[in-house]
Amino acid sequence: MASRSQIHLAAALDGAGWHPAAWREPEGAPAAGLLSAGYWLDQVRTAQAGLLDFVTIEDGFPLQSDDFAELDERTDRVRGRLDASLIAARVAPLTRNIGLVPTVTTTHTEPFHVSKTIATLDYASTGRAGWRAQVGASGHPEAALFGRRNLPRIRAADLAGPEAQARFRELFDEAADHVEVVRRLWDSWEDDAEIREAATGRFIDRDKLHYIDFEGRHFSVRGPSITPRPPQGQPPVVALAHATVPYAFAARSADIVLVTPAGPEAIAPIVGEIRAAQNAAGRGGESLLVFGEFVVFLDEDPAAAIARKERLDEAAGTPYRSDAAVFAGSPDALADELALWAQAGLDGFRLRPGTVPHDLDAIAFGLVPALQARGLFRRAYESATLRGNLGLPRPANRHTAATPA
Amino acid sequence: MTSTGGKPLKQIHLAAHFPGVNNTTVWSDPRSGSHIEFDSFRRFAQTAESALFDFLFLAEGLRLREQNGLIYDLDVVGRPDTFTVLAALAAVTDRLGLAGTINSTFNEPYEVARQFATLDHLSAGRAAWNVVTSWDAFTGENFRRGGYLPQNQRYERARSFLHATQELFDSWHGDEIAGEKNTGEFLSVPRPGRFSIHDAFFDIEGQFNVPRSPQGRPVIFQAGDSDEGREFAAAEADAIFSRHGTKEAGQAFYADVKGRMAKYGRDRDQLKVLPAATFVLGDTDAEARELADIVRHQQVSGQTAIRMLEQLWNRDLSGYDPDGPLPGIDPDLGEHTVARGRAGVRTHRDPLATAREWRELSATKGYSIRELIIHVTGRQNFVGSPRAVADAIDDLVQSDAADGFILVPHITPDGLGEFADKVVPLLQQKGVFRTEYTGSTLREHLGLHPLATAERTREEAAA
Repeated sequence: MASRSQIHLAAALDGAGWHPAAWREPEGAPAAGLLSAGYWLDQVRTAQAGLLDFVTIEDGFPLQSDDFAELDERTDRVRGRLDASLIAARVAPLTRNIGLVPTVTTTHTEPFHVSKTIATLDYASTGRAGWRAQVGASGHPEAALFGRRNLPRIRAADLAGPEAQARFRELFDEAADHVEVVRRLWDSWEDDAEIREAATGRFIDRDKLHYIDFEGRHFSVRGPSITPRPPQGQPPVVALAHATVPYAFAARSADIVLVTPAGPEAIAPIVGEIRAAQNAAGRGGESLLVFGEFVVFLDEDPAAAIARKERLDEAAGTPYRSDAAVFAGSPDALADELALWAQAGLDGFRLRPGTVPHDLDAIAFGLVPALQARGLFRRAYESATLRGNLGLPRPANRHTAATPA
Repeated sequence: MTSTGGKPLKQIHLAAHFPGVNNTTVWSDPRSGSHIEFDSFRRFAQTAESALFDFLFLAEGLRLREQNGLIYDLDVVGRPDTFTVLAALAAVTDRLGLAGTINSTFNEPYEVARQFATLDHLSAGRAAWNVVTSWDAFTGENFRRGGYLPQNQRYERARSFLHATQELFDSWHGDEIAGEKNTGEFLSVPRPGRFSIHDAFFDIEGQFNVPRSPQGRPVIFQAGDSDEGREFAAAEADAIFSRHGTKEAGQAFYADVKGRMAKYGRDRDQLKVLPAATFVLGDTDAEARELADIVRHQQVSGQTAIRMLEQLWNRDLSGYDPDGPLPGIDPDLGEHTVARGRAGVRTHRDPLATAREWRELSATKGYSIRELIIHVTGRQNFVGSPRAVADAIDDLVQSDAADGFILVPHITPDGLGEFADKVVPLLQQKGVFRTEYTGSTLREHLGLHPLATAERTREEAAA
């Protein structure tokens, strides 16, 4: 297990970077390159060189939009993206040690498909898969792509209102059920179910396969999975949360929760709420890591970082706003900031590079050495698996745990 | 190069199927590898690519097979997710086509279209889709809607599903991304990818979020022997998997399917007929026949024979001796089947007639249950020395019984290597198989016309 003073780091990969004008940077990939395997492999290899715990890959069903609930008509933003779980699979055979955590929505997908997708990613990456479980929060436009259910349009102005809140609670309840089904399917094969026993002609011991028989509001799933237990047993589930309802979802369902405090003083109350929700969900004894979110613009000269962000804001036509804290400065200063936030109660951070490759390189080759010098980050990977590097033990299968010795 | 008759030699297409969960795989052989570890798939794919095969093919799993209410344990059980493995294989191959079976029942067009467009981008134009239907409530128990699709609507839904994905694939024409960093023009037009599909099965609209991929659409495969299936293939598919490996049956199927294409405005050479083919090689034909017999006995144990008999008889036959005679009782013709989750669970169209045939055969040849099953469940397609097998393959292609074959080894992943090492060079020497990849996309390997460019679609829209 990593030393208690050490922090975990992840990089959030999305398009050309998180700033809307990132794609215009001359040193960034050409637009068509954003859809190429080589572009994604380069990013993950950079993160791997920086010894990061994992990368997340953003995804969603609707075309990207600056408007929360509607598609917009802009032509100056990155539009179009690839399925994140397949990007993760594409880079898996050519990377090592670094975790691969695609975003997959819970709202319109089949838990049975998601379960075997992440399990197969775990096989293809020899134990480095994870899953960022996300709800499809935009309502109507996304639902219309599937035509299977009616979800209302939710405008940004109505987000805090009772109707929207009720809708979110339903979506997160469905998400919790979805994760539960996926986890049960991951455990539906015991580790030693495949026996290849020539004497009795049996490829598997069917007593080591288990129907999951999940019955819920949104779906019923019989099981077992068609895919054997993943190498990690339970690939880590990651959830992004800003408020009570998603905190409760993360507390019930996730191994890592990503939170968005505006400053270090906000951390203790958030962690407190999450731990209380964790206890209420009966998971008090389990490991739930809490990571803070930052968007980062990094240059050795802090003035250059600030100027670069301002130039990007100018190009985008609007100052950059984020749900996460935004940092523009030197890698060294960021290291100090992360140290402070970690002391306030966080286990690690997911960093969103403002532009790629510049800020991703700065994370791997500027921030990481600064953290290592402070004794706050690993100097080598401890493990070949994601759970291993996160300090999370491989869980016993719930079926074998139930069997008396 | 031409044959003595002056007609140019047809070029043979070859593909490799990593078999799934049936008794093809002799898992008890010590050379048999894992059917779940990625390394098995990587080795298989790299062998196929070194031998310059057109593509690799994976099936799909939606529910573990059961028989008599118990999970079937005699064959390989457990497989990876098809899309995920294909995407990973794109990383360890460069030219090999990547074909996967994805069903049109327990999926939605938007999601499937995203995944195939993504696979095509990430493989630089090598994706292919074997469109299949599923309908049974047994499989449906793993999915949100359960078994919702009546059996007689499955082809209609498949057709609608395929057309919906084609609209999605074509919703981006390929010229929408300007990427002008200086001016800030990422898109050359606002609101790309618009679509609106409203038919009996789908009521969907919006904007697709994956730009046009290198091939435009995945290559479309279909496997259907019924009249409806053949018509579907003639109208829509680029390649059809068939079960007709023998010359006469193959020629009849080939002529029939290709004969249906003209009314859709399609050239005959734009649909490749590719039967699945198992093989056993030996230094001599006699040695190969001996080995083939051994393999057949390995594939069909006494237990397996009883289970396969049950699939026709539709009853529990555990009390019968596999080395003894066939049951005297008749098959159960009820709706409920003892075998569930098999793709071919209703392959016996007239169980009573088949049972009669089997009894007669058994009586004439003195076959036990096991020997009968070994006999009727099909011999390997190609058994012989490498020279004999190469000649047989060439003859079938030149005589229009097929355009090529999808090879299915009984030892995976390493069983493909022998064919690659010993048979492929002979086909190359005959001048009927490529000695290098001349194209980089699967469409090019299969000799398919490229799809309309963005410019042509705009011209057509304007006309």
